[in-house]
Order: sequence, then C-alpha cells, then structure tokens
Amino acid sequence: MSALTVHDLTKAFGATRVLTGVSLHVPQGGFTALLGPSGCGKTTLLRLIAGFDDPDSGTVLLGDRVVAGAGRGVPARRRGIGFVPQEGGLFPHLTVAENVTFGLPRRRRRDRARVAGLLDLVGLDAGLADRAPHQLSGGQQQRVALARALAPEPSLVLLDEPFSSLDAALREETRAAVAAALSAAGATAVLVTHDQAEALSMADQVAVLRGGRLVQLTDPRTLYRLPGDLDVATFVGEAVVLDAEVRDGRAHCALGVLPLGRDCPDGRARVLLRPEQLRLSAPEPTAPSARVRGIDFYGHDSRVWLDLPGGLAVSARLEGADLPAEGDDVSIAVLGTALPFPSGPRPARQDDRPPPRPVADVHLESPVAAPAGPAAG
Amino acid sequence: MTLALAACVAALALLPLGYIAGYTVDVGWSGVRELVLRDRVAELLWNTGRLVLGTVAACAVLGVGAAWLVQRSAVPGRRVWHVLLVAPLAVPAFVNSYAWISLLPGVDTYAGALLVVSLSYFPFVYLPVAAAFRGLDPALEETAAGLGLSGWAVFARVQLPQLRVALLGGSLLVALHLLAEFGALQMLRYATFTTAIYDQYRATFNGPGATMLAGVLVLLCLVLLLAELRLRGQRGYARTGRGAARPVRPVELRRLTGPALAGLAALVVLALGVPLYSLAHWMLAGASTGLDGGALLTTTGTTLALAAAAALATTAMALPTGWLAVRARGRVTTLLERSTYLGSSVPAIVVALALVTIAIRATPWLYQTVPLLLAAYAVLFLPRAIVTVRGAVEQSPRLYDDLAASLGCSTVERLRRVTLPLLAPGLGAGAALVFLAVVTELTATLLLAPTGTTTLATAFWSASSALEYGAAAPYAVVMVVLSAPATVLLSRDARRSLTP
Repeated sequence: MSALTVHDLTKAFGATRVLTGVSLHVPQGGFTALLGPSGCGKTTLLRLIAGFDDPDSGTVLLGDRVVAGAGRGVPARRRGIGFVPQEGGLFPHLTVAENVTFGLPRRRRRDRARVAGLLDLVGLDAGLADRAPHQLSGGQQQRVALARALAPEPSLVLLDEPFSSLDAALREETRAAVAAALSAAGATAVLVTHDQAEALSMADQVAVLRGGRLVQLTDPRTLYRLPGDLDVATFVGEAVVLDAEVRDGRAHCALGVLPLGRDCPDGRARVLLRPEQLRLSAPEPTAPSARVRGIDFYGHDSRVWLDLPGGLAVSARLEGADLPAEGDDVSIAVLGTALPFPSGPRPARQDDRPPPRPVADVHLESPVAAPAGPAAG
Repeated sequence: MTLALAACVAALALLPLGYIAGYTVDVGWSGVRELVLRDRVAELLWNTGRLVLGTVAACAVLGVGAAWLVQRSAVPGRRVWHVLLVAPLAVPAFVNSYAWISLLPGVDTYAGALLVVSLSYFPFVYLPVAAAFRGLDPALEETAAGLGLSGWAVFARVQLPQLRVALLGGSLLVALHLLAEFGALQMLRYATFTTAIYDQYRATFNGPGATMLAGVLVLLCLVLLLAELRLRGQRGYARTGRGAARPVRPVELRRLTGPALAGLAALVVLALGVPLYSLAHWMLAGASTGLDGGALLTTTGTTLALAAAAALATTAMALPTGWLAVRARGRVTTLLERSTYLGSSVPAIVVALALVTIAIRATPWLYQTVPLLLAAYAVLFLPRAIVTVRGAVEQSPRLYDDLAASLGCSTVERLRRVTLPLLAPGLGAGAALVFLAVVTELTATLLLAPTGTTTLATAFWSASSALEYGAAAPYAVVMVVLSAPATVLLSRDARRSLTP
C-alpha cells in the first residue's frame, strides 16, 4: 500500500476543461472520498489516477514513484492500482473465482484457498466461487469486483460510484462490507461518489470537487461543521441560511442573536445553521417565534417547516414523537453556534475561481432558506 | 489501421453501385434515354410494380392477421402455429415456385406469381408484427377498453398505430426482397427487371441494355431503402413504465375459433404443405429413375465448403466495421457502416453483373474464380455479419479493457482473455447467418461460379430448368434441411435477424 499524491492535475477534452489544477494527498492506508455533483470531473480524476487517460499537465505519485506527468506515463497495467467500476464490471464470460483471480499470475489462479480467502475478505460465501456473474445480486457483484481488485494486492484501490446502482437497503449492507474489507486489507482507497451521506460516513477524508476544481479537502466532521463556502455547506447537508448583521462577534438575525462558530469582521454576513440545531417549544414572548407550515414525518425523525414572521421559511429537524401540529405557533431556540460567511466585498482570493453562486438572491426571491438537502446526482 | 480496413470493406460493398453509376454517366443522357425510355422498360415497370404492390398488400393482410391470431387470440396451439408460420422461410422462394409450377403448370400468370411469392414472403411481415404484438403493453388496451372503446376500436386506434413501424418495416423488406427476386419469378416465367437483366445478360453477355435495366432496378431499391432509413429513425414505441409488462390475456374467439383454425391451416398448407408435398412427390418420382447419390454428395460438399469460406471471409470483413461502429462512433464510421448496408441492398443479379464486368475489364485473372464469388457473397451478406458483430462488440465495452489493464494485462493478453471470448458467440452467430444465406444463394452463384463448380442451388436450377423435376428434388430437399436451423433462429429473435 502506498500514499497517493496528485499535484496540479489538469485535463481537457477538446475545448472543455474537465479538471483544473487539482492537488490532493491521500495518506497510506487512508480512505478518501471524492465528492461532487455529476459532471464535476471526479470520474475523470479517477481515470487519470488509474492510468486509463493521460493528464494534460500535473503529476500523479504513488508513494514516491511518479506514474503520470513530468514527461512520463506508466501504463495502467504497471501501476498496480485496483479499480472497482460503477456496475461492478465483472467479466461475464468468467466465473466468480476466475474473475477474482483474473489479475493473479497464471500459476496462482487455480488456488482455491486464495479464492475462498478473498471472498471471505469481502464477506461472501466461498460457495459462490463457481457461479456466473449474472447469477449474483448487484451487491454481491460489487463485492466480487472489490475482491478482484484487491487480489493482486494493489498499492491503491479506486472505487467509482460502486454503490449507486444498488437499492437503499442493499447499499447500506454493501457499504459496510466494502469498508470492512478495505480496512482489513489495509488498503489505501479513493471512492468517487455524489452521495454526501456515503462520503461522510465511509471516508476519513473528503475532497469536494466542483467545476473541475478541488474546493475543500478535509475530514468529514470538519467538512460538515466548517464548510468552505455556502455551496459546499448546502451540498454536504441540509442547511438553514440566514441574512445576518455581525456585531461584536455575534450574529443578529431572524432567529435572534447567535454566537459565532468562528471569527468574522463586523458587517453584513450570511450565517449557516443545520436544521438539527433548531429546537421548538411553546410560544414565549422573548424568543423568536414561527408558525408550523408542514411536517415531513420520517419515523426516526421529522422535518418541520416553519414560517418566520418576516416571510422567511426555515426547517428544523426534530427527533422523537413530540411534534407540534400544523398551524401551531412555536418558539425557536438555536443550539450551538452559527457559521458566518461575510457578504459584501470579499478579501482578495488566492485562486481565480468565480465567486460561489449567490445563495442569498435565490433565497430572497423565494423565501425558503432551507433545505438545500442531500444533493442527488 | 482498423479504419483503413473498414474503408476497404465499404469500398468493396459500394463497387457494384459505383459501377452502375459510372456506367450511366458514361452512356450519357441520350444513351440513357434510348435504353430506358422504351416500351419494354415500361412493361417491366408495370409488371414489377403491380407484383410488388399486390404482394405487399397480401403479405400485410396475411402477416398481421396471423400475428394477431397467434399472439393475441385464444386460438388453440399458438406455439405450434408460430413455428409453422415461420417455417416457410426454410423453403427458398425459388424452390417454392418449383414446387407449385411442377404440380400446377398453370400458375405462370400474374395471379400465380402473386400467390407463390406472397406465400414465400408473408413471414417477413408476420415476424416483426408478431414481435411488436408481444411488445405491446396490455395495460394500454385495458385503458382504452376502460375509456369505452369496442374491441375493433381498440385494434384500430390503439394496437394498429403501435404496429405501424413493424408493419411498414416488414412490408419494405418484402418489397426489397421482391425487387431482388430472380429464381422464383424466372421459374414462373413472370417477367420483371431481374429476369429481364438475366435474359439480356445471357443473350449479349454484358450489353448496355442489361446494365441500364440494372440501373433502373437499383433506383427502385434505393427509393425503398430511403423509406426504410426514415422509418428506422422512428422505430418502435417504448413502454413508458418500468418493470415487466403483465402477461396478455388472450381474446376468446368463441364461435370464430373454427374459421380461425381453418384460415391458419389453409395458410400453412399452401405455404408449407404444398412445397413439402411437391418435394416428396418428385423425390419419389425421381427415385424410380435413379438418384445420383455421388453427384448430390459432391455438390453438397462444394456448397458447404463455399458457404464456410464465405462465412469466414464475410465475418472477418465485418469485424473492423462492426468494431468501429461501437468503439469509435462518429460520422465517418457511421458512413462506412451505412455504405455496406447500401451496397448489399443492390439485387444479387446486379452485384453479379457488375462484378463479372469489372473482373473481365480490370482483373481478368479473377474472372470465374472462387475469390470473386466470395466477394459477391460478402457484398450481399455483409450486413448480416455486421449486425451481429456489432451486437457482440456492444457486449464487450471499453470498461472491460480498462479493468483488465488495471489488473495487469498487456494488450495481447487483453485480446486473448477478455475481448475474443466475449466476441466469439457474436462472431459465430454472424458466420452462421452468412453460411445459411450462401447455402441457398442462387442468382450470384449462377453468374459467378467457376465453370464446373456446382452448388445445390445451381444444380437444382439446371435440373428444374430442363424440366427434370425429379432430378431437381433431392437438391431442394438438402437446401431445405440446411435452412431449417436458420428458421429456428429467426423464430426466436425476429427483428434483429430479419433486418438486413
């Protein structure tokens, strides 16, 4: 297993720039998720790392070996990188055992114990070894694909949206099995996904890609609590975004005066709250009030849609069965801190990225400040 | 490299068409006027036109009616009927003609020709329409019935519009086949363009008359092909819902069961029973005068060898085009693929005529050799191979190459361990289709086979032309037996194998 270092990678297809100056480091044994909406370039990045395509500029290092860039390109077959594609991509003319041992030297392909060991690693019964791929469920196919990728003991494993074609129940189970197998193998892994829940729950580092650029690279908790900008904030989870005036280190907004999660200069700003930070109670004259417009009941928790007096709408995520009724007047309390994003003139940026899409305007036109939700596909 | 090979294949496929076009330009407008604007051509047009229209109409009625009975009604024995209705395809049209005219010498009229070719060709409509019926979502019919439509109105307003594409496609196929049909019509002494070209060719070898007739015929084919292309663009109506459609509950026929059974039986007797009876009859009659087993065996051997060589060569030629059409989809590759389709829409008689003439002029050492015959087979049957090769390449997407590479395979290893095993079944199917087509090919073989080389079709032809019906029968029987497997293939997957 080795670390992966990507430095200043750029790739264009014809006139379309797909990746611009992406730099990334995945430590040895680490699990990094590449998170981004469709078309953000994450699959292209994966293919460049795997060696299926060549970058226009920039370098890819495995450990301290340059495999792409700086005038050299190690072909995919000499990189020792395992690849698990979206639909598994099992060779249809081979059995499970033949698929799993495909990348092994000829004399080791007949080793049944090795096959059994690899299937066991991904949580599959050795009895499946002689099945044809089409006789397996989607989740089983993905696990066999992972076993096949892990068999030659690659220095790095790449997973290209491996769970997106599975239905919800199977997805959870397969994710758990894959995570367990990867950690048992001590593999360095990179997972491409557009599902923020998958990225946050599986990876120990998340790289957010947008428009072919790396926007943020950090651990899942930091990403959720301290997103780099409001776009990232709304992409990685539901958000309540409010206009605010920052004075003396506190935000004055429609939900009252809130402490800040980080320093912010005085002046106009937008603040980020997560719906689970909102707590509702019987109306109190001193607290900010709202009227319940509707409730989405999910069982384990609920989303409560609230109309604020100023015409704003926010949502709160509440656990338990103690829910208000539609039309009730409630008071809102905020737990924890609000994360400020100064609006108005920005400090000079280091890159030439255009400013993020102004969520503020959208939010003023239609008075719904939340939830941007788990962005799908 | 692959592109260059595909371009060569396309060039070969377009050679006959190019020859006709070039010849027309050489002859010039006055020559064309003199050769084409004749009473003879008008007569041929009339003969061909009314035969094509009549046959298409008859096939449409027979095909749709039979398909509805078998797919949607509760007529007893539906599976058996389905096989019996496809089975006439195992009898080459010229064998069917022979069967009829040897029993009833009076069928050499327009009505007779119409009857015989309709019986030979109606499966071309039956198959796609039956497949379309199978694809219809019964929920639509139930919805229509729920909206208050009668049974007949459901057929006319819901089913028929959905069958339109299949019906038109089948009809065009009938028309194209009929324009190219030579053996059956010659046997029935019904004069059309193909028979006229053949007679001209026999009389004057390669006179401008034959070539100009070929030009008119090719023009007719191109018009139909253009219609086919336009139709392909709008092929099929997709089901909007997801998941499998529910099985259909067949329509009860009640009192009409008897007439329906009688109708199907009459159709099968005429289309299948008559030729089989006739063949049996002439086999027995011929046996009394002695069957030349040695000749039959040699001829069968020659035919099988030719067919195998053609299958191998044609599949190999289809490989670059089929590969590029999937892996490097683009304007150029689409153009190359279409060129082969265009080339093979030219009737066999024209392909043969063009190749004979070109060979005599440019490469006399190729004239009357097996390679030239194989080239003609390739031009005629390339699309069958390309369609299946294409399907096979689609089964082997680039992803597998990438995966094999990431697992350490070199290019050669990839080819051996992944690509070829995945392509093999498709290549085999393509080769089988070409093989079976060559076994019963008559027209091109008649013109191009080296002297002394007889195939089943040409041996059958010379015997039956000499009115030695008994001597011809064994060759026909072997052809029918060899064609039977193709019929099984066709009854399984109507649309793919039918579209040339």
